[in-house]
Amino acid sequence: MELLTPELGLFVWTLTAFIIVFLILKKFAWKPILSSLNDREKGIADSIASAERVKAEMATMQAENQKIMVEAREERTQMLKEAKELKEKIVNEAKDQAKAEASKIISDARVQIDHLKMAAMTEVKNEVAALALQVAEKVLRKNLATDADQSNYAKMLAEEVQLN
Amino acid sequence: MNRLSSLLVLLFTLFAASFNAKAQEDSTAHTEATHEATESKEALNIKKIIFEHVGDAHEWHFFTAGEFHATIPLLVILYSPTNGLSVFSASKFGHEGHREVHNGYQLVDDHYKESLIAAGTPASDVEKIKNGSILAVDGSKVYDFSITKNVMSMLISVVLLLWIMMSVAKKYKQRGVMKAPSGLQNAIEPIIGFIYTEVAKPNLTNKANKYMPLLLTFFFFIWINNLLGLLPGGANFTGNIAVTLALALVCFIVMLVKANGHFWGHLLNPPGVPFGVKLLLVPIEIISLFIKPIALTIRLFANILAGHIVILSIVCMIFIFGAMAPSAGWGFSPVSIAFSVFMFFLELLVAAIQAFIFTTLAAVFIGSAIEEGHGHEDAHHHHEVEEIIL
Repeated sequence: MELLTPELGLFVWTLTAFIIVFLILKKFAWKPILSSLNDREKGIADSIASAERVKAEMATMQAENQKIMVEAREERTQMLKEAKELKEKIVNEAKDQAKAEASKIISDARVQIDHLKMAAMTEVKNEVAALALQVAEKVLRKNLATDADQSNYAKMLAEEVQLN
Repeated sequence: MNRLSSLLVLLFTLFAASFNAKAQEDSTAHTEATHEATESKEALNIKKIIFEHVGDAHEWHFFTAGEFHATIPLLVILYSPTNGLSVFSASKFGHEGHREVHNGYQLVDDHYKESLIAAGTPASDVEKIKNGSILAVDGSKVYDFSITKNVMSMLISVVLLLWIMMSVAKKYKQRGVMKAPSGLQNAIEPIIGFIYTEVAKPNLTNKANKYMPLLLTFFFFIWINNLLGLLPGGANFTGNIAVTLALALVCFIVMLVKANGHFWGHLLNPPGVPFGVKLLLVPIEIISLFIKPIALTIRLFANILAGHIVILSIVCMIFIFGAMAPSAGWGFSPVSIAFSVFMFFLELLVAAIQAFIFTTLAAVFIGSAIEEGHGHEDAHHHHEVEEIIL
């Protein structure tokens, strides 16, 4: 029973000491410690949140980059295709033009050749006609120099007419 | 580091056990000597030895070797309505076995009790007087506010506690918040975190932060005193009912002051209970309200006291065997020391567990007093259900 009867002195000392310790620790130890722990908790939560955010941003950025890359690639292919088409077109046009030019030159040449040929032929003809006339004149002058020849020829002509 | 500290604990425990053994031996020798001198009734009074060790005293007794008493006399503070306040050193009462009257006050020991009986006081009255308490020789009322062994031990613990926690708090300021804790700070921080997540948060929910300082003070105050009580020659502070009563009273007062209308309403007028049952229920509820601090008081006191008594008993077995035959005493001592080492480890665990349990119960009691009512929510809920049915 001795142990179960509380002593007044010890009770009072414990009560006072505990309350004083509580008040001192509350002000100078628990408040600063708890607020520090709270701050740290907040700090860590913030860090994690910002890390998450950065991660998300990175992800969207990467997605954007990917998109841009894909677009760029498409554009490049498009450009290459267009360039090829353009090249072919230009080459074909050049070819056509060259062909047309060539054929035009050829036909011009032909026309001119024909022209010159004609002119040459006409001149040759005129020359031949003049020569023939001169020959004929000379032949005639020689064959029909006598009267007998003239009358024979006339006679022959007349016979041809009679026969016709 | 870990290994070193566990080694230290082991050495310390061994030392404690042997020291206790030595103290016991000395006091036994002493008791035997006095008994022999005064025609003793018993050779070995184990109950007396143990109760002396778990009890309070006006001197801090370490050991007695022959005529040399290794004791520190403590401050005696007495208040008597007739004589007023008197403050003096306990050494004024003389020393063990040779007590003297000082200023009209007497420190009660067996000799004084015997002299009282011889003077004609009934033996049953004398039996009720505690050994080591202070009486006025003229029989008037005395209030004893002395700095006893327990009070001294508590003052040491208070200094330690303030020093540890202040240095930890300072470290947060010095090192900044976002740095990893180190040293003592690192040891204390997880405990604070544990108290918050395991004790405060589940019981006090959104008001946890408000009661954290009180719960932390409870925990560390009890824990450090439990540990100091395990030191060799240490006082049995937390195993004293006056101490646990004071702590429980603090909790009880906080609970009563902070209790809200919902708590009192449920206590004094439980809703939804027929009147007849109410007559039965309300007294039970009121009794249960007072049982809460009593449970707090008894639990801590009984656990720590039991631990001390078990260790002392195991050590005392050496002397019980030794009283039969010295060789039996020597033979049993390794067994006894092994047992007490085991008990010391257990007590180290109990020291923390009991501090934790006291803190948890305090949180549960305060939590039950400040809990917000669910009554309105329930009513609202019922209303909704009715609407749906209609």
